[in-house]
Amino acid sequence: MTPIATEVGGVLGVAIGIAALMLLVSLVATVWRLLRGPTGVDRVIAADLLAVHLIVLLVVFSLASGVRAYIYVAIALALIAFLSTVAFARYIERAHGGPHA
Amino acid sequence: MLDWIAALFLLAGAGFCLVAGIGILRMPDVFSRMHAATKAGTMGLLLICIAMMIKAERPVELIEPLFVVLFMLATAPVAAHLLGRAALHTRVPLDPATTADKGAEAFASAPERKHG
Repeated sequence: MTPIATEVGGVLGVAIGIAALMLLVSLVATVWRLLRGPTGVDRVIAADLLAVHLIVLLVVFSLASGVRAYIYVAIALALIAFLSTVAFARYIERAHGGPHA
Repeated sequence: MLDWIAALFLLAGAGFCLVAGIGILRMPDVFSRMHAATKAGTMGLLLICIAMMIKAERPVELIEPLFVVLFMLATAPVAAHLLGRAALHTRVPLDPATTADKGAEAFASAPERKHG
């Protein structure tokens, strides 16, 4: 039983299943920090790591399914995922009277 | 043989991502959590994209994972830098075990700089 449906057999198929399971555990830990996070900065860090995990999972799923289109989604996400983090960082700084207030 | 090498890189990359997740859950304060999340996450993505490049069959399939890594390496430090600066300005609580905090204190308590 693997958490991801693979078109790849053999040792690489097993490795993809194990890797998807490890990424799932890591995602649960990140979401826990996103919900708990004592400060706002903690939550933004967790959201940033969630975006990285999404890109990693897209690459793994592209490898598993053999559909090349997923990696184009990963390229686009790698380009724009940092914008929301930058916006949140500026917002937090401004809310506390930083140099950009 | 190539399958074994690709599987090795894939598991190493997933392991780095798992370390990032454990780090962001277990580290004591904002800066050490950021240290775990940004660096280990980028390293995991790099290793998994190397696994993808090992399994490439045409030249164009070598380029696409390379672009993913390049864009991530270009954008992740920008986000991490701005987050660290926001954390300094909001004076987030540090772990009590922190000893070397002189530079950070000087930055956080400096008078507001005028821009322009």
